[in-house]
Amino acid sequence: MRRHGFSRDALIETLHTVQESFGYLDKPALRFVADSLRVPLSQAYGVATFYHFFTMKPPGVHTCLICMGTACYIKGAGTLLNEAEAALGIHAGETSADGQASLITARCIGSCSVAPAVVLDGAMVGNMEAPPLRRKLEGWKPS
Amino acid sequence: MTIEELEQIASETRAKREAGTRELNVCMAAGCLALRSDALKGALDEEVKRSGTSCHVRGVGCMGLCSLGPLVADEPGGVLYRNVTAEHAAELVASPQSEATKKLLCSRDQAFFRRQTNVVLENSGKIDPEKIEEYIAADGYKALVHALGEKSPNEIVQEVSKSGLRGRGGAGYPTGLKWGTVAKSTGVTKYVICNADEGDPGAFMDRSVLESDPHRVLEGMIIAGFAVGASRGYIYVRAEYPLAVKRLGIAIREARKLGFLGSQICNTKFHFDVELRIGGGAFVCGEETALIASIEGRRGMPRPRPPYPAQSGLWDMPTLINNVESFACVPAILRRGGEWFAEIGTKKSKGTKVFALTGKVRNVGLIEVPMGMTLRQIIFEIGGGVPEGHRFKAVQTGGPSGGCIPEQFLDLPVDYESLKEVGSIMGSGGMIVMDDSACMVNVARYFMEFCMSESCGKCIPCRSGTAQMYDLLTRITEGSATPHDLEMLEELCDMVANASLCGLGQSAPNPVISTLRYFHEEYIEHIEQKLCRAGICECGPRLEVAV
Repeated sequence: MRRHGFSRDALIETLHTVQESFGYLDKPALRFVADSLRVPLSQAYGVATFYHFFTMKPPGVHTCLICMGTACYIKGAGTLLNEAEAALGIHAGETSADGQASLITARCIGSCSVAPAVVLDGAMVGNMEAPPLRRKLEGWKPS
Repeated sequence: MTIEELEQIASETRAKREAGTRELNVCMAAGCLALRSDALKGALDEEVKRSGTSCHVRGVGCMGLCSLGPLVADEPGGVLYRNVTAEHAAELVASPQSEATKKLLCSRDQAFFRRQTNVVLENSGKIDPEKIEEYIAADGYKALVHALGEKSPNEIVQEVSKSGLRGRGGAGYPTGLKWGTVAKSTGVTKYVICNADEGDPGAFMDRSVLESDPHRVLEGMIIAGFAVGASRGYIYVRAEYPLAVKRLGIAIREARKLGFLGSQICNTKFHFDVELRIGGGAFVCGEETALIASIEGRRGMPRPRPPYPAQSGLWDMPTLINNVESFACVPAILRRGGEWFAEIGTKKSKGTKVFALTGKVRNVGLIEVPMGMTLRQIIFEIGGGVPEGHRFKAVQTGGPSGGCIPEQFLDLPVDYESLKEVGSIMGSGGMIVMDDSACMVNVARYFMEFCMSESCGKCIPCRSGTAQMYDLLTRITEGSATPHDLEMLEELCDMVANASLCGLGQSAPNPVISTLRYFHEEYIEHIEQKLCRAGICECGPRLEVAV
């Protein structure tokens, strides 16, 4: 916030920084940001919920992101998503009850050349197929 | 910075490179990085150090043929290796002529490379995007220094107008005209915005340009700033592109250090600085008024135009918004002249266009071709056609705002007008090839789902219209639709297209309209026979196959 001179239009930048540090935006964080930048809490909440990139829920220990861009979709991203949902027992956008894994989808991560692409714990894996994805995700379960 | 100082940096950098040392250039752009080209570069570095060979390992930008990555170019000589992994490091460093490395050879003399014309991508894959000297050695910033020293803002606008450059974001508005409007508008401050919110799924051109040659975009922006009289610039880039953000950050810092940004640029009175703004993952922010709202820290919702941003944009000041690729064309236009650029392309669409060729095609990657090349040449010559065992069905351009073009139009020359005529749009440059395993109704439903969830919700035709259309399309793919539903779908297409506030809603029905036009029989089959010929939709009693 200081870097942007507590300017009101730096709301999105500030929320990015908060999410980078804590992994998600909770209500106390939103209230703090809104107060410091002198914007209404409703605007901070509105912005945080409008943009897909912000999440209000803590992420799991592991995250699996499946790209649903057109190129990935044409090459079978739907099958991968079904496989991941089955393997983790959760739907896209959810975190498992034990907090171990989150499953998210993306509009397009711009890696269409290696479609279908998934991002496992921040590392991109291209040309993914269902069986190896399932093996990988099952490895995340606490033994 | 004077032209002499610039030349000196350029010649010093060139001399260093031309000392005769062998160079291994590893692609470090997103496509190859996903295939672990960073590990490969590390292994090559290690191997060079261990063996003591005189060889320089460099990380460069995208070389285009992403489907055969990671790619390595052996310079001088320009020999290209494909599918290189860390295990090949020792062989590659030791003996370029061995049997093992010969297997990795990738011919440069193939249609994929021969048929391209590189303007925007001229440095891509040749220079290290994190080093400003290398850009300068490739004639970078020459156009800027020259323009500031010898040209008036008006002359620059004239030159851009002469080139016939049109907005590369997809709509194709004449860039020179836009610059002229902003230059004539009055305001205390003026702004230049670079739209790098590449939201179309299946498109990665802007990402690649930013990752491979970020200075080119900066130079274009600074020239634009001088031409229209702006003092501040913003680059609005997607949060999903961390590497592009990082390289832009480095580029801005280096440009400031050499005095291309800041006050008294090149010893003139002109001052200009650029700031990065990271998007939040909303497709609608590609629309210019929504993008401006987002930079101001608000929800990215569009507003009615006029007033256009050229008159009243960011903080109600005159604002110039151009796409990444438009800015990337500018340095080349000023260096080589508007006439040179106007000679490339067709009568109404000048220059070249970068496309991201993906989907069911052999050579997946980034290509740049002159406007007016036919779809057949792009897909079958450069792209190498559809992989064996399948048949070409359609090509999708323009993302969720575009349409699907069937086989009968393959000989269509690609330009803004011709694509519009067949019900699609140029768009930002995503080109997704589909074969007979794709169901066109399902594709239409996919795009409608996209538009439905990306609709910002401000105007009702778009907010409810897309949701209703999605429901209808879902019914069709599930086999529970009636012929009446199809009529209703057609009516809704018309309503959403004509009543929506911004480009997102106005173009949202395009994928449906184009598939209805060219693949009408597939809709009928789904509704009447409960049949999906591609076998993707579960619209009828499922056929159990005995094993």
